[in-house]
Amino acid sequence: MVYDVTIDGKNYRLELERVDTGWECRLDGRAIPMDAVLARRDVLSVLIEGKAYEIKRERTATDLHLWVGGARYAAELRDPRSLRGRKGGSWEEAGPRKLVAPMPGKVVRVLLGENAAVEAGQGILVVEAMKMQNEIKSPKKGIVQKIVAGEGATVNAGDVLAIVE
Amino acid sequence: MFKKILIANRGEIAVRVIRACRELGITSVAVYSDVDRASLHVRKADEAYPIGPAAAAESYLNFEKILGAAKRSGADAIHPGYGFLSENAKFAQACTDAGLKFIGPTAAAMEMMGSKTRARRNMEKAGLPFVPGTSRGLDSPEQAEQAAAKIGYPIMLKAAAGGGGKGMRLVNGPQELKSALESAKSEAQRAFGDAEVYLEKAIVNPRHIEMQVLADEHGQTVYLGERECSIQRRHQKVLEESPSPVVAPEMRRRMGEAAVGVARAAGYTNAGTVEFLVDSDKNFYFLEMNTRLQVEHPVTELITGLDLVHLQIHIAAGEKLPFTQDDIRLRGHAMECRIYAEDPDNNYFPSPGKITLLLNPSGPGIRMDSGVYESWTVPIDYDPLLAKLIGYGADRAQSISRLIRAMNEYFVGGIKTNISLFRRILRDAEFQAGRVDTGYLDRLLESSPPAAKREDADVAAIAAGVFAILDPQGTTNGTGNALPASGWKRAARVEGLGS
Repeated sequence: MVYDVTIDGKNYRLELERVDTGWECRLDGRAIPMDAVLARRDVLSVLIEGKAYEIKRERTATDLHLWVGGARYAAELRDPRSLRGRKGGSWEEAGPRKLVAPMPGKVVRVLLGENAAVEAGQGILVVEAMKMQNEIKSPKKGIVQKIVAGEGATVNAGDVLAIVE
Repeated sequence: MFKKILIANRGEIAVRVIRACRELGITSVAVYSDVDRASLHVRKADEAYPIGPAAAAESYLNFEKILGAAKRSGADAIHPGYGFLSENAKFAQACTDAGLKFIGPTAAAMEMMGSKTRARRNMEKAGLPFVPGTSRGLDSPEQAEQAAAKIGYPIMLKAAAGGGGKGMRLVNGPQELKSALESAKSEAQRAFGDAEVYLEKAIVNPRHIEMQVLADEHGQTVYLGERECSIQRRHQKVLEESPSPVVAPEMRRRMGEAAVGVARAAGYTNAGTVEFLVDSDKNFYFLEMNTRLQVEHPVTELITGLDLVHLQIHIAAGEKLPFTQDDIRLRGHAMECRIYAEDPDNNYFPSPGKITLLLNPSGPGIRMDSGVYESWTVPIDYDPLLAKLIGYGADRAQSISRLIRAMNEYFVGGIKTNISLFRRILRDAEFQAGRVDTGYLDRLLESSPPAAKREDADVAAIAAGVFAILDPQGTTNGTGNALPASGWKRAARVEGLGS
């Protein structure tokens, strides 16, 4: 198999095959003697030139991360043959900025009304989750264009709470 | 001795008490809300009864439902754990009225100590040193402004019924007071059903050191050494240890005797904790008494060799303490790390969700008190404490090195936790030197973290491919309800990693 792997934004070309004696592995064309065993779901034991690594895989709805020791690496993996012609989407937004709920919870207070002037870092709403109240702050100086989630609204992680222009 | 104990709680503390019941040959009864049917405490108990909806007010805080479950099960005692009803004097009284033994102090003692304002008035009479402030709740912003001006800023607003940092606000000047008072009151009302808030002079960056006491119902009261609890975020304890790096035997004796004095003044029975603020000159001030078992009780258990939950049950059953103050010996050093479901990269916001992978540490000197298991979904409705990892060693350095080692073994996948924070604290030179106060953690978090070793990106790249070959099923995207993935990433996962 040939994969395009991205680790923390850096691209690698990985060639990986299982053979009778173990594995054949080339990373960016460089042969690497290695062995790997799946210890259990999401846990690998990898040996590379005598060094032992326990690698944990963590999946959330949005991301794939691999932990090597105490370090967490953002990982993406593609089979280059199946993605021809696809374009990368961009989530960067200019102009209006959305405030999204960082976790599921309930809007307990709205601190600023629509059309109010807001400073960067000023609180706009208070969301309560797990008995803690958290102020959701404006990412920029501007005007509160819209309050999407009013007082008492139950919100999920990622829901838009308000828009600042 | 009791035959059957109902545990009016959930999470790790319910599991902790269930374990003690099993060890003592007592039948344990769990209660659970709708979202807790699959929780660990329900799995571990001998019996379990539903008590209603997720909202604590309709389940874990509801007297009728809990007393109803006790009646139905035929329990003869109730252990309240910590939080929820544990410091509710009316509930303790309701238990007594229903013919059930409440495992804790009497309603009268709780009433005296449980309201922080009333406790201040009583301790004032008993001549204990305490921090200047109001001994009554604040009725209006104007009254608060006057009191604050008299004492001098900065001041601390606190919920009279409070604990755990809920309903607590630091106020640096008069312009912040009104909104801080409103939010403290509303948070106190939500958390404790009581909006009473008082104020105290804020001693900037004190140490927070508490003394464990234990009193039987025959007049014997002892102290079991202190716990250093200065490492806090948002007034929520994060790491506790015993002994404190600054408490010498003489200071321990004075604090212990003061704590015993507090307990005696209140006619206190069972386990309790007297909290002190300690300034940089090692003067200590009475802060409050927590009339319950503390989250951090395991560190005291490890250095005294005593089981506090066993002792709570024996005391409640009317037995005498089997030792005196002179018999108590502290040995070694213990440290507890509170593992919370919260996101270190997002200002430590709560991070509930499904635990997809759980690797627990073990080995010498490691104790794990956990309320979770792999594939369980942490509900959004309750406190984000998942587990407590406690390290024990012959001395402080050994307990730290064992915890560092255990943190490397520990892995919780699928949700965010503060494990990385402990890796950082435990390796920090200031912490290792014992130079901590309640401002320590904020200072640490403001400083930039030491550059993480990221030399293994090549290994991660190889592992990504190995996973795709050996465990392709595991790469599909299973969890719902989260931020939208970019179309590109989603395609990568489905097409690139899928079988």
